[in-house]
Amino acid sequence: MTDLTKLTIAEARTGLNAKDFSARELTEAYLSAIEAANPALNAYIAVTDDKARAMADASDARLAKGEAGALEGIPLGIKDLFCTEGVHSQACSRILGGFEPRYESTVTANLWRDGAVMLGKLNMDEFAMGSSNETSCHGPVINPWKSSGSNADLVPGGSSGGSASAVAANLCAGATATDTGGSIRQPAAFTGTVGIKPTYGRCSRWGIVAFASSLDQAGPIARDVNDAAILLNSMASVDDKDTTSADIPVPDYRSAIGKPIKGLKVGIPKEYRVDGMPAEIEALWQTGIDWLRDAGAEIVDLSLPHTKYALPAYYIVAPAEASSNLARYDGVKYGLRVPGDDITSMYENTRAEGFGREVKRRVMIGTYVLSAGYYDAYYVRAQKVRTLIKRDFEEAFAAGVDCMLTPATPTAAFAIAEMATASPIEMYLNDVFTVTVNMAGLPGISVPAGVDNSGLPLGLQLIGRPFDEETLFQVGHVIEQQAGSFSPKRWW
Amino acid sequence: MSVDTDTVRKVAQLARIRVTDNDLDGLVGELNGILAFVEQLNEVDVSDVQPMTSVTPMDMKQRIDEVTDGNRATDIVANAPQTEDHYFLVPKVVE
Repeated sequence: MTDLTKLTIAEARTGLNAKDFSARELTEAYLSAIEAANPALNAYIAVTDDKARAMADASDARLAKGEAGALEGIPLGIKDLFCTEGVHSQACSRILGGFEPRYESTVTANLWRDGAVMLGKLNMDEFAMGSSNETSCHGPVINPWKSSGSNADLVPGGSSGGSASAVAANLCAGATATDTGGSIRQPAAFTGTVGIKPTYGRCSRWGIVAFASSLDQAGPIARDVNDAAILLNSMASVDDKDTTSADIPVPDYRSAIGKPIKGLKVGIPKEYRVDGMPAEIEALWQTGIDWLRDAGAEIVDLSLPHTKYALPAYYIVAPAEASSNLARYDGVKYGLRVPGDDITSMYENTRAEGFGREVKRRVMIGTYVLSAGYYDAYYVRAQKVRTLIKRDFEEAFAAGVDCMLTPATPTAAFAIAEMATASPIEMYLNDVFTVTVNMAGLPGISVPAGVDNSGLPLGLQLIGRPFDEETLFQVGHVIEQQAGSFSPKRWW
Repeated sequence: MSVDTDTVRKVAQLARIRVTDNDLDGLVGELNGILAFVEQLNEVDVSDVQPMTSVTPMDMKQRIDEVTDGNRATDIVANAPQTEDHYFLVPKVVE
């Protein structure tokens, strides 16, 4: 029975349609796998087994009637940032302890409409602020991968660390995730999985706990490029409940997969060759370039001169928006309340106890850069730099480049607590290759492309034109065909 | 620019986060580290550059001005720490 958890979404859909197994059997296989693995990996923070069984039975009924949806019977894990009706939705923060929303996020509602089954809620960095999944109030997630010759626990990346770990360890067929500065692509790269952050506005943000509203986007983490396309097709929609949801029909992403890339122009931005980049990542990047050239793509060297300013500008814009979004956690409407002498001290006590260290730090930076006298010097300047970052990309695309190829991360997965004594900036540098994409609102995909000297997975990133996720799936599939797939050796 | 202990105390107050004196020194160092990191933005010539207001050019959606939702008071207070008759309860604000 456990073999069922090794199937991709596409394979499982074929098996369900052929009645090789039932949706209930598939869900039970995943629930058993979670029970066995979760004490070691801590990927799930809530398992909704009763709900999963009920949803699987409903899928079996629809399958029997020939009314199967695109994801009928497919068991998924949901990042804790998505509001799910009547189910634990805490953004892995103490301040949202006990919160059970009375509504469903648009993205998850789309998945259930298409027949998917919810296995539970996945661990993440608190309010999606982190790159190692170590800021969660439920404790760190463990990467199913280990370095060869070492038994040390590694981080799965973040903030969607639970999503990436669960997909890599076959604890769900696919997972929802979100990406504000790299939170889908970096954990996907650290776990040998595929993660795509679509164009800003492609997935509705309605019902997703807000971190930085002008940067946040939902997307899937999946076993392969094809599964990522299937999931994004369901997650993406035009939604009146989100004013930034783009009024553009969702294409059939799978139809792009397998199309030849002959003649496509792939840009190689020279600014991504950063100082101190490990030789193996540099080599992997070159291998990726060779694969695409051999497949008929035209490789174009280009320059994105403002790349180095994306990360500092991000650390003004994102905390500023976070400080505003997180003002709603005041001990009045939901979650934690810590009493005080008066209403102000109640607010202060609640937020002191409810927020973790990284969240407090970012709320305070955001408060500072938005405060009187500093707004122009920090926030307005950062938004101007953001205009320049986006312009760099626009000029490259206007010159005929179809997509760009870069490394996904500057390193492979590191050990739990390895960065404990590092400065916040050192942790932020994890997102140096991914954050530009959020600042410009573009789509980006991370595809596993190889392993480092310790046998740990590494990813390559493709960056696309706005709303051209199809090219990312098309080119990503070529990388996947060349690189093969990567699975951790089971130790849990 | 950098911040001192008094500034951090004031920012914490603005952010409505109680900070103990023990935490202050660490926070001053961390916030100054981040402010030093973002300092490099001053190298960029931003004269005649418009600040970004929307990452994808789009018109704000409009809809007909009519009531589309409501009568959900029970849902709205369902998760509140303290309520009474569909009201949120808070410590006394006005003496």
